Amino acid sequence: MSTIKMRSKESNGVVTVKALIKHPMETGQRKDKKTGDLIPAHYIQEVHSKANGKDVITIYWGPAVSKNPYLTFKYKGNKGDNLEISWVDNQGNRDSKTSTVK
Amino acid sequence: MNRRNFIKNSMLFAGSLVAIPSLIVSKKAYAAWPKKSFDIKDLTESVSSVYGHSNLEESSKVKLKAPEIAENGAIVPINVSTTLDNVESIMIFVENNPQPLSSGYKLTSLSEPSIGTRLKMGKTSNVMAAVKSGDKVYTSTQEVKVTIGGCGG
Repeated sequence: MSTIKMRSKESNGVVTVKALIKHPMETGQRKDKKTGDLIPAHYIQEVHSKANGKDVITIYWGPAVSKNPYLTFKYKGNKGDNLEISWVDNQGNRDSKTSTVK
Repeated sequence: MNRRNFIKNSMLFAGSLVAIPSLIVSKKAYAAWPKKSFDIKDLTESVSSVYGHSNLEESSKVKLKAPEIAENGAIVPINVSTTLDNVESIMIFVENNPQPLSSGYKLTSLSEPSIGTRLKMGKTSNVMAAVKSGDKVYTSTQEVKVTIGGCGG
């Protein structure tokens, strides 16, 4: 199961992309209630999107982005574009997903 | 702090010291991620570290959409768009968060200057959207009142 859910729709030459990523986005400042230990930081740092292999947007996130982050952006594109979204977090985990613009 | 916790914490600290060299090596893989800017705790310093200066200009062409009152500080929806041309990047700063820089969006010639996300806010704060267009940085600021902070458990 991909961690990325995405939806994209073209209208008048502009594609609106909406994506939800499943991720804890742990800040590293929260304490475990039982042990009192700090929960290690675990958050997405970079999100990239490409349409037909061309860069659309590069996003840098810090720990202040909400858990299971939501993202929306727009780009000049067309129906049928091959749209890719990928992310990498501070622990080196990564995931990506490709879909076709409707 | 009792003795047991103190020992535990100091061990944790020692452990993190050992971990630092390996962290530095692994961080190199993501050299583009501006770690320094994300670590800064002061808004003005944060702004200068991102842009190299802190000459900001308020502009009505930067549209910041944020709630006036956020019931849940863990999920504050923020949308930024602008009618400015040649937008290079959009940054969102939350003044009273532990680190003001929350997120940055580097645009390309393909992108339209309109982004949205959801942020965590520890307490009531000014939220500032900054748009870099050409050599200038244009901003729009709005206060968001937070009733329940988003940094606790």
